Amino acid sequence: MSHDMSEDKLPESHGSAGQHEVASHGDPFADPGLPAHEPRRTDIDERAAKRAERQVSLMFVVSMLATVGFIASYVAIDADKIVYIFPLGHVSALNFALGLTLGVALFCIGAGAVHWARTLMSDHELPAERHPIEADDEVRADVIEQFKTGAAESGFGRRKMIRNTLIGSMALVPLSGVVLLRDLGPLPEKKLQHTGWDLATPEHPLPLVNMNTNKPMKAEDIVVGSLTFAKPEGLEEDDETFQQQIAKDALMLVRIAPENIKDKDSAELGFEGILAYSKICTHVGCPISLYEQQTHHALCPCHQSTFDLADGARVIFGPAGHPLPQLKITTNEEGFLVATGDFAEPVGPSFWERS
Amino acid sequence: MSAANSATSGASKPASTREKPANKAEAVADWADGRLGIYSLAKANLRKIFPDHWSFMLGEICLYTFIIIILTGVYLTLFFNPSMGEVVYHGSYAPLNGIRMSEAYASTMDISFDVRGGLLIRQIHHWAAIVFVAAMLVHMMRVFFTGAFRKPREVNWIFGFLLLFLGMFDGFMGYSLPDDLLSGTGIRFMEGAILAVPLVGTYLQFFLFGGEFPGTDIIPRFFTIHILLIPGVMVGLLVAHLILVFYHKHTQWAGPGKTEKNVVGMPLMPVYMAKAGGFFFLVFGIISAMAAIATVNPIWAYGPYRPDQVSTDAQPDWYMGFSEGLIRIMPGWEIRAWGHTLNMGVFVPLMIFPLVLAVIAVYPFIESWVSGDKREHHILDRPRNAPVRTGLGAAWISLYLVLLIGGGNDLIATHLHLSINDITYFVRVGFFVIPVITFVITKRWCLGLQRRDRDKVLHGRETGVIKRLPHGEFVEVHAQLPQDKLHKLTAHDQPLPMELPAEVDENGVAAKTGILTKTRAKLSHGFYGEGSQIAKPTAEEHHEITSGHGHH
Repeated sequence: MSHDMSEDKLPESHGSAGQHEVASHGDPFADPGLPAHEPRRTDIDERAAKRAERQVSLMFVVSMLATVGFIASYVAIDADKIVYIFPLGHVSALNFALGLTLGVALFCIGAGAVHWARTLMSDHELPAERHPIEADDEVRADVIEQFKTGAAESGFGRRKMIRNTLIGSMALVPLSGVVLLRDLGPLPEKKLQHTGWDLATPEHPLPLVNMNTNKPMKAEDIVVGSLTFAKPEGLEEDDETFQQQIAKDALMLVRIAPENIKDKDSAELGFEGILAYSKICTHVGCPISLYEQQTHHALCPCHQSTFDLADGARVIFGPAGHPLPQLKITTNEEGFLVATGDFAEPVGPSFWERS
Repeated sequence: MSAANSATSGASKPASTREKPANKAEAVADWADGRLGIYSLAKANLRKIFPDHWSFMLGEICLYTFIIIILTGVYLTLFFNPSMGEVVYHGSYAPLNGIRMSEAYASTMDISFDVRGGLLIRQIHHWAAIVFVAAMLVHMMRVFFTGAFRKPREVNWIFGFLLLFLGMFDGFMGYSLPDDLLSGTGIRFMEGAILAVPLVGTYLQFFLFGGEFPGTDIIPRFFTIHILLIPGVMVGLLVAHLILVFYHKHTQWAGPGKTEKNVVGMPLMPVYMAKAGGFFFLVFGIISAMAAIATVNPIWAYGPYRPDQVSTDAQPDWYMGFSEGLIRIMPGWEIRAWGHTLNMGVFVPLMIFPLVLAVIAVYPFIESWVSGDKREHHILDRPRNAPVRTGLGAAWISLYLVLLIGGGNDLIATHLHLSINDITYFVRVGFFVIPVITFVITKRWCLGLQRRDRDKVLHGRETGVIKRLPHGEFVEVHAQLPQDKLHKLTAHDQPLPMELPAEVDENGVAAKTGILTKTRAKLSHGFYGEGSQIAKPTAEEHHEITSGHGHH
């Protein structure tokens, strides 16, 4: 196919070299000017041009067919049909069919248009003049003169009292907008300092409820080396403020053999080696969920702050700034784990008012 | 006909003296021109010249993906319910049946599984957003490394920078809207960051969230910001950006016939219209196919957000990986005094993030201050001919990549079986060291390329022809470059560094040199002094070599 182009239609010479060598007598680096236009095959061979025309049209036809395919897929394929397609795996058949047909329909319009432009539209490069962005001196002087006239007529410079009060009022008026934002939310007050465990007192201890089973927990149910998640009794999933509460109340219980607990104060807050720490990372508040049994290290999966639960949840790696708060727990007369008060310090990320 | 009409209707009424339109289309155009003035508008623009270079399509990708995002975004708003009201899911995705979730999450599930084509549009929207930010970044690099930001285009650089900045944040907000476990974790991160702001942090957080985290207001508020506020500002900036591109006309590479006073290329109609218009469909087509083949953000796999749950591998979209890296590598410094806590571990990264971005924004002004160059520039620099700028750009990219490693340290640890702590230590050191190394290497590399250009100009190109001289020596014949190549390789400017004014003036009085002037001279020497550029060959040098004997 590539040889059927008639030789006699080829231009006399190729390239710009011939015509432009002239200028090199003076400055060898001088700009030789725009090179001569080289015709493309489609410019000189009508058969090549016809072929390009057919190619462009073919792409537009494929696009039409793909759009029909898109509509047919929309009608014919169920939304919940899952198919296996190598190497993608199990995918939604509808999503796959719609996406590919739409992709082909759009791509072929684009490919056709670009092919058309590249093969059949003129490829003569043309120069256009640029004009400096800056105005010339005359225009500049004229505009400045006009502005001065306007400014003088307004008396803005002369009537200083008007000017100054205008500036003052303009400076103050946006404050109204800022003030209006006040009711976006309540004031922080002491809300961040307290959690749902606040309800617990030594007289009325609050039972710990297992997060998964929703049942109170006995000390003997927690084995050494295990990690259990708990919430305060009375907090239910369908409470209106559940999300807000659990963001502060979430507790993790770990049982460490008493002789392995390095921090004595921490051991005293626990019950027979069961320690209750806030589950909320003190860095930016992700829940900590990765626990290494042998080392008693807990790691936050968001930013990798690592806490040593055997040593008062001290930070041993990562960006967290202080240990996890610990909740004082004991058991009631029936043997269930209970809290007798709130955390000694606020849970979660630190903030300015945190002491 | 028209002459007769105007005669009868009196001289005071302005009448068209135009010829009769040749056909219906011209008649319509005439009608519109009489009301909108389209002819005057088209006169300047219909055959407006656009230069051609593959890298000029990067900006087009940004524009087209933005349009795709708007189109698909409008579709999604028809089905999405931006509410934190709690519902129990009973849709067609069985694994989550009976699970409690927000209406935002439930409606995203419905879009993904029950609205026919909804998943596709969601995927196109998300993929287009990813490509949009990537294209903006690469487009910006193109503009940076070629010096296209220089006068008169500094303002457009700022517009472009703001578009990138807003694009990143709108991407973050959009990512947060479905209220899935991953995006909720992202919002939690944002909340912790806001709390770390000294003095006003807690107030900002309570006002933004309408109370304590997570509350019920954040998703509807993000929704309004994501679909209305930020896109509105972006459309304005985008229009301004394009108007300026039109007004300034494109930059172009140096070459035969191309000067600072002209622009060489193809006319808008028909070639550029067909190519650019066609390219929109190519981009849209490819993104649709991507959306069909590759799943992005499968929210059904994460589940609805709950503050006490999290999955591992919690990652933001890549363009936020930069801030995520900063927050992960920062040591947990906390200052506690007088009943207050200053959370440096979060606050410092929070400040570095906009600082790094701001440095990029003001770069054109720094460079023009250092060079003292007040001319307009329309011919692009080859990156090698501005070694310090190229080095700074490469250093910035390396910093971005280092922080991306920091932001994905868990993924890298699990995939490459490395210790997560080692990666973090590496990034902590790399943050300071790697950009410096990258700068030095890039600058030297550029200088090497400049030397090669100089060689080519003076000694010509290697022909591969070996010649034996009468006395037995073998030499390779070098051929002179054609004049257009010579011109191209020597067309660039080589600014001279600024010299400090003399210590004493002509009267012998000690002149005061301010610290600012001294800094400027120092920087100028760093940019353009010895060791920062290789003197380009002069015509005399070329003449001497090519006319002399014994050269080859």
